[in-house]
Amino acid sequence: MSAFFVKRVISLILSLIAASVVIFLVLEVVPGDPAAFMLGINADPQAVEALRDQLGLNAPLVERYFTWVFGLMRGEFGTSYTYRVPVAELIADRLWVSLPLAIYALVLSTLIAFPVGIIAAARRNSLADVTVMGATQFGIAVPNFWFAMLLVLVFSISLRWFSAGGFPGWDAGAYEAMRALTLPAVALALPQASILARVMRSSLLDTLGEDYVRTARAKGLTRSQALWRHAVRNALIPVLTILGLQFSFLLAGAIIIENVFFLPGLGRLVFQGITQRDLIVVKSVVMLLVFAVILVTFLVDIAYAVADPRLRRQHA
Amino acid sequence: MTLLSVKKLGLTISGTPILRDVDLDVDAGEIVGLIGESGSGKSMTALAVMHLTPVGAEKTGSVRLDGKELVGLHDRQMCFFRGTEIGMIFQEPMTALNPVMTIGDQVAETVRVHKRVGRTEAMVVARDALGRVELPEDRFPLSLYPHELSGGQRQRVGIAMAIALRPRLLIADEPTTALDVTTQAQILDLLKRLVDEDGMGLLLITHDLAVVAGLADRIAIMRYGEVVEAGETGEVFREMRHPYTRALFEASRHQPVRLAPEVRPDAVPVLDVRGVVRDYPVARRRLFAPRRFFRAVDGVSFVIHKGENVGLVGESGCGKSTLSRAILALEAIQGGHIHVEGEPVGTGASFAARRKMQIVFQDPYGSFNPRQRVGKLICEPFHLLGAEAPTGADRDRRIAEALDNVGLRSSDALKYIHEFSGGQRQRIAIARALIIHPALIVLDEAVSALDVSIRAQILDLLADLSDRMMLSYLFISHDLTVVRSITDRVLVMKAGRIVEEGETEALFRNPQHPYTRQLIAAAPHLDRALAARDIMGGNNG
Repeated sequence: MSAFFVKRVISLILSLIAASVVIFLVLEVVPGDPAAFMLGINADPQAVEALRDQLGLNAPLVERYFTWVFGLMRGEFGTSYTYRVPVAELIADRLWVSLPLAIYALVLSTLIAFPVGIIAAARRNSLADVTVMGATQFGIAVPNFWFAMLLVLVFSISLRWFSAGGFPGWDAGAYEAMRALTLPAVALALPQASILARVMRSSLLDTLGEDYVRTARAKGLTRSQALWRHAVRNALIPVLTILGLQFSFLLAGAIIIENVFFLPGLGRLVFQGITQRDLIVVKSVVMLLVFAVILVTFLVDIAYAVADPRLRRQHA
Repeated sequence: MTLLSVKKLGLTISGTPILRDVDLDVDAGEIVGLIGESGSGKSMTALAVMHLTPVGAEKTGSVRLDGKELVGLHDRQMCFFRGTEIGMIFQEPMTALNPVMTIGDQVAETVRVHKRVGRTEAMVVARDALGRVELPEDRFPLSLYPHELSGGQRQRVGIAMAIALRPRLLIADEPTTALDVTTQAQILDLLKRLVDEDGMGLLLITHDLAVVAGLADRIAIMRYGEVVEAGETGEVFREMRHPYTRALFEASRHQPVRLAPEVRPDAVPVLDVRGVVRDYPVARRRLFAPRRFFRAVDGVSFVIHKGENVGLVGESGCGKSTLSRAILALEAIQGGHIHVEGEPVGTGASFAARRKMQIVFQDPYGSFNPRQRVGKLICEPFHLLGAEAPTGADRDRRIAEALDNVGLRSSDALKYIHEFSGGQRQRIAIARALIIHPALIVLDEAVSALDVSIRAQILDLLADLSDRMMLSYLFISHDLTVVRSITDRVLVMKAGRIVEEGETEALFRNPQHPYTRQLIAAAPHLDRALAARDIMGGNNG
């Protein structure tokens, strides 16, 4: 277990170093000088030069990289070129919207997908299975922003159960905040749940056909005991992979849904940062998202080892 | 009263008849062998007794356990009998255990689903059951997972699960087919001991006459879903009333007719293996520990001359498959050298040596691409010829010739692989090997997956091809009976080394190395088993 853990940690650190170098270099070569952008088209070249000095843009490449990385480690992300506030503060505000939204959507997706996938697999070819397969096909095919607008039409405009957008902030109370996040979370969760339910179903159908399920039945377990005790746990491994991928996507890829519901999330922050050449914001948010993705992958790897004892002691 | 009494059992699956009027009795303390080839319905009979038949199965007739009728019981009621009154073990020990549960939990589960006991109490029973199958806790803790055990040990865990609650009847479906001969002998001994100790009835399902001849009190022979002959073991073998029994018996002892090859030791050998070493890196235990190696093949040397059939026997893990892959240049070797008709073999070397040899694998189902026609499949080795590969009519002629050589029709080239039976597929695999006229064919367990009657035909075909074309074979198998029937010389491999080598008959009659003796003693042998029962004892002295 320990060798496995150490190997995973080393891989985590190496991925982070590689990602930081790539992100830094890519943003170096993109066109657009932040100083010129901030001062406008008609700015005095000397003023631009002075601002570049002030922003630290004239230092050598390697020095700027290390300044940035060591800053990140201390939690200092620098100051936004356009907002003139610390990037850390900008991100922290947005993270308190995006992270709960991603978790909320993921929990919903899991709560829908697991039972649905298990029922469909346990009663293969039954009416329930056919319905699930049809509904999930629909869930995958429908774009989530269109679905989001449909939700707004029904639940905000007609039924008036939820507000159509905006976020009151956590100061307004957890209930109000969660209420504001409910429609976006549902819109994000449904396509994810459809994918997850299908993966769960096919994975479970595979494990239900395994010899050890037959062995369990020969020991006297009922059909459902064999399903829950033997098939489901073995079916979880491919499901965990998808779950990890989905979380990363939900954290970073909710831009459209954030726009539909006017949520001040990370997606919108990156989008604004790019259009305003606020490269320090872009760099920091992208790095944060990469960190989140790598961390989730790491956690999924650890979860594999918990779910499957064969991975704990790796053989050549 | 008879423990298990099956009367006129019939089974259809989605309307297709699978079993017809099967009659079978097993008494307490008795071993009954149920024999048949694949598709004969022997496993389905066992699953019908257990109520574990696939969806869409309809049963007729009667299955009584101690007088209690089981046909017509609800699945819930049947769950009570499974595990308490009837235990069952299966063929594949590698997949029959749940990989994510410890062996202790899996054995204890049998107890926990049937008795109202806590985990600790169930574990006590599990410990006892594992002890009875010779997996004592001090060497095999209950916290082990299946992947930490060998095939034979896993099969013991499977048996422990089945006997934990001391059932009256144990059904064993090909329990030793996937195991090595020595492990097979140990598992069969264990089953016999458990029958003697508990007075349990054992229904032993197998395709191997030699296994039941040595063990069963009574046997029943099945074909096409029917029992064709049944009775006391000695009586059945002595009288063989049904022609199918006789055919099965003949096929099991089949000896293909071969001309003795004229070996010329001075000529360049077809295969020359000298001091071959193959090391595998072992996974590091600690991060910066030095890389260690496992020596799978350890200084192996031998030659095969033109037209010679050489057997390579040994238990799984002895290195015989690694050696065969090295010969085929599929793996790099760390020492020694290999020549085929004087051409050096090595990964990255030219096709000069590779085009002189071909391989036939064990699994006639998995070794073909299902989306290509047979004609295309069998001319695959042509890529080894490069620019010299035949094209057009010439190519078609070569395909027809290869198919003709293995007893198939040239029109079969247009069919797909799923249109053929297991035996026919193995013929196609041989045709694929023959098509570039190799000097050497490596037969890696090439007949092990086949039924005895089909196996006899394929062995005849191989013997005939070798005689006609002066082909050499390296015949790798764990089945000593087959090796004895077709090879001229045998190599015995253990832990990466050749421990004994000699003329086949001489080696089998007078094995020198203790390991060879152990292997031969462990292998089920039909004539020997029958001689022990005083059947056909006259000609053996």
